[in-house]
Amino acid sequence: MIELGKYAGTVLGAYGISLLLLLGIVGQSLRANARARRELEEHEGRG
Amino acid sequence: MSIWEYANPVKFMRASGAVLPWVAGGAVVCCVAGLAWGFLTPQDYRQGATVKIIFLHVPAALMAINGWLMMLVMSLIWLVRRHHVSALAAKAAAPVGAVMTLIALITGAIWGQPMWGTWWEWDPRLTSFLILFLFYLGYIALWAAVEDADSAADLTGVLCLVGSVFALLSRYAVNFWNQGLHQGASLSVAPGERMSAVYKYPLYLSMLGFFLLFLALVLLRTRTEIRRRRLAALLARENRA
Repeated sequence: MIELGKYAGTVLGAYGISLLLLLGIVGQSLRANARARRELEEHEGRG
Repeated sequence: MSIWEYANPVKFMRASGAVLPWVAGGAVVCCVAGLAWGFLTPQDYRQGATVKIIFLHVPAALMAINGWLMMLVMSLIWLVRRHHVSALAAKAAAPVGAVMTLIALITGAIWGQPMWGTWWEWDPRLTSFLILFLFYLGYIALWAAVEDADSAADLTGVLCLVGSVFALLSRYAVNFWNQGLHQGASLSVAPGERMSAVYKYPLYLSMLGFFLLFLALVLLRTRTEIRRRRLAALLARENRA
């Protein structure tokens, strides 16, 4: 068991918020890329 | 072969498509390993378990500053040589840099509260970092506000030049003013040990992970911007016909 002592909330809070932000930008980037690729392929497929 | 070949969107898409999986894989491995290793390090005799925040705070701050400097280089290439891919790469980097800056600010505040007794202080480094974050937001907003893509690239390029002052200030503020709460650099190439190897090596790994993550996200987002630009060009051509 990792011993965080009296700073457990501080450390877990910092890691939790940071990981949420990192996962957020990764997820948003992947979604935007998939959408741009789909829209371009659909358009080129029609043409 | 010249680096300018990659200013061609087709060549950029081909090359970035080939390297992106490797960069992304390296980012995941280094970030997970670096942060897990950092989380398992022993408590510091003065800072206790809060020392583990360094494995997030320092890499994020590093990429916040270097992300802006990368945008500066891309913007200068656009302003001087008018390569569209470089302008789109600068645009793609801004949200990633903004997130890195926000992580550095939030983890700094969370770390500062128990160590300094305050979440925030108008210290030179903290203040210049906050201004850098505002510049990131302004840069993103300016891209969104200007309809013509080339005009937006010109205006944001100039904004990037101005903001670079704060990117450099946020790095060297501690040295310039030599006051405030924030300490100087934790890592240095100068002689004299500043950090125990117990913390230093996981920190290096985490820094490498954040760098690779930044690179992977910028490559991915640049590819997105190129696809959007291509679609917009096709639609404009159809409307003219």
